[in-house]
Amino acid sequence: MRKRDIYLLNLILVLLGLALWSIMPIGTKLLGPNGLTLGLDLKGGSQLLYEADLSKKDPSVTGTEAMSAVVEKIQRRVNQYGTTEPVIQKQGPDRILVQLPGVEDISEAIALIGKTALLDFREQKFDENGSPVLDEEGNPVFENMTAKAKDKDDNEKELTGKYLNRAWQDVDPYKGPIVAFEWNSEGAYLFEQITRRNVGKLLAIYLDNELISHPVVEEVIPGGRGRIEGHFTLDEAEMLAIQLNSGSLDVPLTIIGQENVDPTLGADSIQKSKRAAIIGIILLLLFMLFYYRLPGFIACISLGIYGTFLLAIFTFFPITLTLSGIAGAILSLGMAVDANVLIFERMKEELRAGRTLGAAVEAGFNRAWTAIRDSNITTFIACGVLIWLGTSSAFHASMVSGFAITLFIGVALSMFTAIVITRTFLRLIVGSQLVTKPSLYGVKI
Amino acid sequence: MIDFVGKKQWFFLISLIAIVVAIISLVVFKLQPGLDFTGGTSMTINFIPKVEQSESPQVQSQLRQEMIRLGHPEAKIQFLKESRDFFVRTKFISPEKVNELRDNIEAAFHRDVEISVPLEVSPAIAEKTARNAGIAVGIAAIAMLIYIAWAFRRMPRPFRWGTCAVVALIHDVLIVVGIFSILGQLTGAEVNAMFITGLLTVVGYSINNTVVVFDRVRENISKHISPDFAVTVNCSLTETLARSLNTSLTTLCVILALLLFGGVTIHYFILVLFIGLIVGTYSSLCIAGPLLVIWEKGEWSKLLPFAKRPA
Repeated sequence: MRKRDIYLLNLILVLLGLALWSIMPIGTKLLGPNGLTLGLDLKGGSQLLYEADLSKKDPSVTGTEAMSAVVEKIQRRVNQYGTTEPVIQKQGPDRILVQLPGVEDISEAIALIGKTALLDFREQKFDENGSPVLDEEGNPVFENMTAKAKDKDDNEKELTGKYLNRAWQDVDPYKGPIVAFEWNSEGAYLFEQITRRNVGKLLAIYLDNELISHPVVEEVIPGGRGRIEGHFTLDEAEMLAIQLNSGSLDVPLTIIGQENVDPTLGADSIQKSKRAAIIGIILLLLFMLFYYRLPGFIACISLGIYGTFLLAIFTFFPITLTLSGIAGAILSLGMAVDANVLIFERMKEELRAGRTLGAAVEAGFNRAWTAIRDSNITTFIACGVLIWLGTSSAFHASMVSGFAITLFIGVALSMFTAIVITRTFLRLIVGSQLVTKPSLYGVKI
Repeated sequence: MIDFVGKKQWFFLISLIAIVVAIISLVVFKLQPGLDFTGGTSMTINFIPKVEQSESPQVQSQLRQEMIRLGHPEAKIQFLKESRDFFVRTKFISPEKVNELRDNIEAAFHRDVEISVPLEVSPAIAEKTARNAGIAVGIAAIAMLIYIAWAFRRMPRPFRWGTCAVVALIHDVLIVVGIFSILGQLTGAEVNAMFITGLLTVVGYSINNTVVVFDRVRENISKHISPDFAVTVNCSLTETLARSLNTSLTTLCVILALLLFGGVTIHYFILVLFIGLIVGTYSSLCIAGPLLVIWEKGEWSKLLPFAKRPA
């Protein structure tokens, strides 16, 4: 028994201890404090893919800046909406992916997230004689442009939602739900001037170029408070307040893809697949045990350790598991078994060729190594291409890269399992001279 | 010892027939592309109260006419017996328009209607998904070819080894895709992004198997076990046979269990793996190695059993 094997055994035991500790049951969660992180397709929820119209952006900022600003604002909206663990990601130059786990009624979320929510004020139009212009139905007509005023430094500024300090939903006993707002100091200054020159006239409130209301300005409004009455429902007022607070989006967005997974379907699918995987793995272990005997038994143990490590890595980082990610993990399990099979077949050949047990174990590992190395590196290359393409592409990106990431981790781990764990165990057993019968190694002599 | 190399012409013939059938099926039946590749909107239309089984044909035909009237003659409508909802697939409809559609249907049927949209993909995205999948497979194949050529650089003409491995891989992909085009015709199996993931798995598996066989050939060449390349290859195939079959069998255990007892959502994905695994094991044993023998010996005229033998 060599010293190095003892060191390795200790290392394996320490790592196993750490892995077990990280997936230990805490409270109701079986796997560590956070449990496994499941993707949308498994726990249910919605995902929305938006495309931004960058031609409408402010020319003074770059596309990347505009997109980052939009992502940040969507983040704020979603957070105030109260979704748990939302994911908001920029994808490519002009796309944004929004994932809302657990959200089933998506129409509300769509209305909340994608609206530009550009608030502005417009003055009433008057003809040469100073009387208000009316349209065919007798409604007042407003200027096409946002009301402007000079700020303290004498610069002309448009009065828009960007000067808002905050907005909140409120209820007026007569008008029902309203949205109240408060300007910041700059906005308050502009607002005061605009109200001053419009006393007795109408001032229109526009949201996304749509007329919401046109109250009469009864007096100059200093202090910088105001309200929007627009026959809202309570929900609408609430959402508008959230949108105004998060700021208007810098570029308009349109939905180009959405996917909603019924949580119960995901749960059912997991349940069934989990059972199926357990049956499959038991069959696999039985096969290894009967075909390879003692080494097969050792392989079962090292595959058990492999599974523990894999789960520990998934929970530790954490890696978001999707259906395809689980597929990648299963394939990597197949490859982990393959590494063991390669080694054992080699060992049997060496035993049949008349080598001693110790020599056969060493030769088995050394000879199998090139095959394991080359086949696994080819897998790594394929995974690398998929991860690279997956993260740069669109809708189902998370699916393809999810598969590749778990496969990559699994294959890397399988090399460690086969080369370090299985080998150390075999060396220790062979070195201890406890088991020497060739038949226990699956060889008839 | 099993004579893989000696029977190579029969293997090539079998594979050639399979590939020809696959290609014909692809040309005639094509693949049934899922929403991921065509773009469009899928939705479940849920009437309140629920539609009874007995009145479903009548409601369905009325719904069809309504969809045509609303400008969706392309709509495919299906009655789902279990949930008693209608599953409808149309071209891409934006979320606001879905609400309009719901109001129109409510008005036409004088019934409350709920519409949920499990998936919608705009045509632009769909096109990108299909293109990316193609690019992914292409780049991965080339990268693997280069790596194999490098890994076998000590062998004469390593590029041929890489090419043979990639030919075996293309063989597997063609046959799996061909079988799916037949399945698409028979059972309506659709090709979606999940299918592509499955295909990529098959590619990884196939190349893995081939590399293990080639690794043994490489070792046996350096041991000079026979001056005849055909004998060396055959010897290597026989020696790795136990490993190839055992690995495939163990993986098949898991796949088969998933196929029989797994959830519906991954059914076709697992089916791709199942078919691909079998075809991949076959091609790494019976195609990749023997093809390398033909190439190394320059015996292209002996590719198929009925080819003329040189006098």
